[in-house]
Amino acid sequence: MEKINLDEMKDLILNYVTKEYIDDEDEVITYDTPLISSGYVDSFSMVSLLVFLENKFKIKIPPSKATPEAFDSVNSIVLLVNQYLK
Amino acid sequence: MKVCYKEMCTNFDWSISEAELEFSKGNIINIGWYCSDRICLKGKADKIALFYEGFGGIEKKYTFNDIRLASNTIGSFLTNLGLKNEDRVCLFMDRIPELYFSFLGILKIGAIVQPLFSAFGDESLFVRLENAQTRAIITQRKHLFKVRSILDRLPHLEFIIILDHVSSKPLGKKEVAFDLEKSLPVEHIEIFPTVAESPSVLHYTSGTTGQPKGVKHVHYSLISQYLTTKWVLDLRDDDIYWCTADPGWVTGTSYGIIGPWSLGISQCVLDTGFSAQAWYRFIEKHRITVWYSAPTAIRSLMRAGNEIINDFDLSSLRHLASVGEPLNSEAVIWSEKIFGKPFLDTFWQTETGSIMITNMPGMKVKPGSMGKPFPGITGVVLDPDTHQPWKESGKAGLIAFTPGWPAMMRAYWNNEEKYREKFVNGWYLSGDRASIDDDGYFWFIGRDDDVINTGGHLISPFEVESVLLEHPAVGESAVVAKPDEVNMEVVKAFITLKPGFIPCPDLELEIMNFIRKKLSPIAMPQDIEYMDKLPKTRSGKIMRRLLHAKEWGEEIGDISTLEND
Repeated sequence: MEKINLDEMKDLILNYVTKEYIDDEDEVITYDTPLISSGYVDSFSMVSLLVFLENKFKIKIPPSKATPEAFDSVNSIVLLVNQYLK
Repeated sequence: MKVCYKEMCTNFDWSISEAELEFSKGNIINIGWYCSDRICLKGKADKIALFYEGFGGIEKKYTFNDIRLASNTIGSFLTNLGLKNEDRVCLFMDRIPELYFSFLGILKIGAIVQPLFSAFGDESLFVRLENAQTRAIITQRKHLFKVRSILDRLPHLEFIIILDHVSSKPLGKKEVAFDLEKSLPVEHIEIFPTVAESPSVLHYTSGTTGQPKGVKHVHYSLISQYLTTKWVLDLRDDDIYWCTADPGWVTGTSYGIIGPWSLGISQCVLDTGFSAQAWYRFIEKHRITVWYSAPTAIRSLMRAGNEIINDFDLSSLRHLASVGEPLNSEAVIWSEKIFGKPFLDTFWQTETGSIMITNMPGMKVKPGSMGKPFPGITGVVLDPDTHQPWKESGKAGLIAFTPGWPAMMRAYWNNEEKYREKFVNGWYLSGDRASIDDDGYFWFIGRDDDVINTGGHLISPFEVESVLLEHPAVGESAVVAKPDEVNMEVVKAFITLKPGFIPCPDLELEIMNFIRKKLSPIAMPQDIEYMDKLPKTRSGKIMRRLLHAKEWGEEIGDISTLEND
């Protein structure tokens, strides 16, 4: 895929999470908002978020690395994705 | 309390529970009153009933007198709206304190509580509200959009009660605001004189075919729930108890509300997402002594590793139990090594209302076994062909029980035919298979139907297949269980595409999200396989069995009816 900088990646993930997982239109999430530990994204929904990241960034994240901690905020997800970008 | 299983079974009678609850046949029995007013009358009004922790570090605690007043206040509000006995009132919210108080308040006015998992999508919500002809739903602002999207299709729904309404937003059609904290506490409410067979709770469960079934329970279920909580979960007056189940499911009501509070036990609720650190911190902070959880959670904790456990003091834990799916022997051995005590497996269902087969304190634990029937429960394994109990040990068959325990369901809501199908030759059929060893221990084998058990939640393949067909790209669908290390099973969908659609990863994600939003995250296929055509019988029926066998590496069996072209 085209080279993407970290800020663009952050926004892309934030927009996706907001669109797909935040039901309350009044809720505003930031790059640091806890996603898993606050219950916005549950362990089952994490699978669809993983598929999104793998599709979007053309990467493969090993199941052992797709932990609730690694998925707990947009910032932590960016760190994870960045490890697997070529 | 070390007790001998044999002694407990000898001369067992449910009157033991009735006597402790001071209940006599023919008298009024109201679960809402038993879980709050009675505990206060027993001198525990100032004892903590609930320690609550929610999103964003919110912490609250309530005494038994607080929950008595809160449930009175909610019950009174519902009565003033015109709600009455046997009306169905749905609870559709996160695990906030109001959920627990509303549960009791609804029961106090004689209405029927219909708890639904708040992660359900609009379609899952619709079929359950429509089937129950629900009159009122209590919810939060964050879930309101789902209710609004189906409101026009629900003529029986008269009230949408919003707990956290903000005045800056207009109320919609049929919407009513209710703020418990701003309401004047109601000291006295007339408890509806429910009797043993008065309906209490309506939980929905999934079957292989057809829509979800509403499992009707009655107030007399308390008799089973009280005693099984006391004997199996071994709760004592000074315990701090944590049941991790959501009250949208039966464990969260039978053992997350009714059992502990009818015993006057302090319990904890953590309403945040799962993480091993958060759970261990919660146990340490509240000095939890008795912990009732699920195999999926236990396996997730195992996966998080043993090192982080050293960061916490978990020495308060005295007794651990598990429910929802079979507890694998590795998890039992792990907990014994890590916590110094095994998780004791318990087996029961939405329909049974209370624990049926169990490992009890004082019983020898055989890791991987379900245990033995609770005293007073006659449990057997039937020959699947004759529906007679196997005489020899070790034979695989259907788990069945003699009907008549207090918490047994009384009906499937508006579905007498399905209810009757659950009884054969005088046995209640659980739908699960097992064998019994020489010592009388049950060993789980699997479901006797196509229902998928994912993380302890039952998913109907039919329900997922039906909604898959609503997606514009999907031509045909078949849904089966796929093995999963943590959740035991997850949903897998095989689909064919309509002309003009091309298989691609983005379409797969779109379909996953479609099911997640319409049904729920647990029903979302975690794997989708595109096929040119699905295997069918010559009469056109999809052979789900073949796809299941493929996923599990099992023998395909008889394929003489498979369509060839």
